[in-house]
Amino acid sequence: MWRREGYCLGIESTADDFGVGIVSFNGKVLANVNDVYIPEKGGIHPREASRHHAMVAGRVLSEAFERAGIKPKEVDVIAFSQGPGLGPCLRVGATAARALASYLNKPLVGVNHCLAHIEIGRMIGGVKDPVTLYVSGGNTIVAAFEARRYRVFGETLDIAVGNCLDVFAREAGLKPKAGKPLGAVVEELALKGRKFIHLPYTVKGMDLSFSGLLTAAISLLREGRHSLEDICYSFQEIAFSMLTEVTERALAHTEKGEVLLTGGVAANRRLQEMLRNMCEEHGARFYVVPKEYATDNGAMIAWTGVLCYRYGLITPVEKSFVKLKWRLDEVEVPWI
Amino acid sequence: MGVLIKKGAEANIYLEDWCGRKVIFKRRNPKKYRIPELDKMIQIQRTKHEPQMIHKAKEAGVPTPIIFMVDLNEATIIMEYVEGKQVKQILNDLPSDERIKICQQIGRLVGKLHKNGIIHGDLTTSNMILTDHGNIVFIDFGLSEQSMDIEERGVDLHLMKRSLASTHYQYVDECFNAIMEGYEEIMGSETAKEVLKRVREIERRGRYISER
Repeated sequence: MWRREGYCLGIESTADDFGVGIVSFNGKVLANVNDVYIPEKGGIHPREASRHHAMVAGRVLSEAFERAGIKPKEVDVIAFSQGPGLGPCLRVGATAARALASYLNKPLVGVNHCLAHIEIGRMIGGVKDPVTLYVSGGNTIVAAFEARRYRVFGETLDIAVGNCLDVFAREAGLKPKAGKPLGAVVEELALKGRKFIHLPYTVKGMDLSFSGLLTAAISLLREGRHSLEDICYSFQEIAFSMLTEVTERALAHTEKGEVLLTGGVAANRRLQEMLRNMCEEHGARFYVVPKEYATDNGAMIAWTGVLCYRYGLITPVEKSFVKLKWRLDEVEVPWI
Repeated sequence: MGVLIKKGAEANIYLEDWCGRKVIFKRRNPKKYRIPELDKMIQIQRTKHEPQMIHKAKEAGVPTPIIFMVDLNEATIIMEYVEGKQVKQILNDLPSDERIKICQQIGRLVGKLHKNGIIHGDLTTSNMILTDHGNIVFIDFGLSEQSMDIEERGVDLHLMKRSLASTHYQYVDECFNAIMEGYEEIMGSETAKEVLKRVREIERRGRYISER
């Protein structure tokens, strides 16, 4: 049995997921409940997603309490994802968090979403000081800790890699299924690809650009000269090689001994394989965050809330407004 | 192979005797994580691109190593070994007026690159060699690009400043101001001001927050 020091409830609502996690102060995840908004067509519509979040918030919260087996008043800290993300979606989570905190008279902690991805990965995987590759629909970041902050060594100059994959997949007429997001559909098709078609490969120092790759892949689709399998295969090879190259640069530059892969795109086997291969060459440990904690989730917010709370980083209500463009490297990290 | 003098993530640098000359072999490392077709293509593209940019820099009046041979199959560039000292090694020990002169010269050379649409991409004092004749030679164009954008120019100079801050931290302002003086001589005060404004803006962006 773990020693009960306290519980933190975390609310995640930056994009299409509404999640609530309850984590004990010593890092045990008691509940991690999630409800995803699935658009009828197209990408995430911020207003529709926020409506979804508002609708499911009550149910997800009570389900989390039920799973954790605790009562609301037993929670000691309320954490929420304060940014970066989609404004309307973030506001639903922030409003719920403020309401809970004031009703229960508990401290409120605004958490940086990107930081939470790294911290839950470190905690679950027992990773100490990694170079992190965080790849999702909204973010593409290579970061590592240096002098009190996670520094961003490389990032996308335009769209996120997950966004690039999703838009491409929708253009190809692919549909997500339950438990199988568009990226997984592309991955499956790519396995059947045989012929490599060259597409734009854009690495600038440690930064990346995916818009040219997307445009070129869409024109290939429209040309109709190549099979969809071959295009998916080539698309993945290009995009993931770019990601591995910048991660390798950051690893060589920082001389760290670990690589942490997280975010929704982390589930892709081919990306994992490339990074594992690169890490082996550098004698670095490679850790992939399990899907439940790699995609957006409430537990990561709750756990980072615990870390912040321990260091007295509490967010007064008047400063709890959401920060749509809150960068990872703006946050001071005193616990490392 | 000759003596390995630098091992990088992208390429290894060897010092070698070749046809009676002291030369540099810059060999790009194959990457096992990339499929061979893609890896080959990237290596060939970069092995071709770098000598082209080195040549363009010469046309712009910026001293760069002589390229003797390019071996695409081996992803290797054979070039002149520039005798001299890395600016990085000597800059801190110079008297102030000489340090300023060197930095002004660097600024003029960066100005010549930018004026001719070349972005170096990795401006650090370890990529500059001071020869015995007092000339500065720019090396390593592996990350260079062609661009006339204010943003790219700003990033280039920002990287220069960042490298000064890490290796010549006692003299950052003195050195950077001197570089901007030389830069202004070539670019004209209006453009130089605009680029400097962009450098400040880049510094203020979150990712470089530590340098506020």
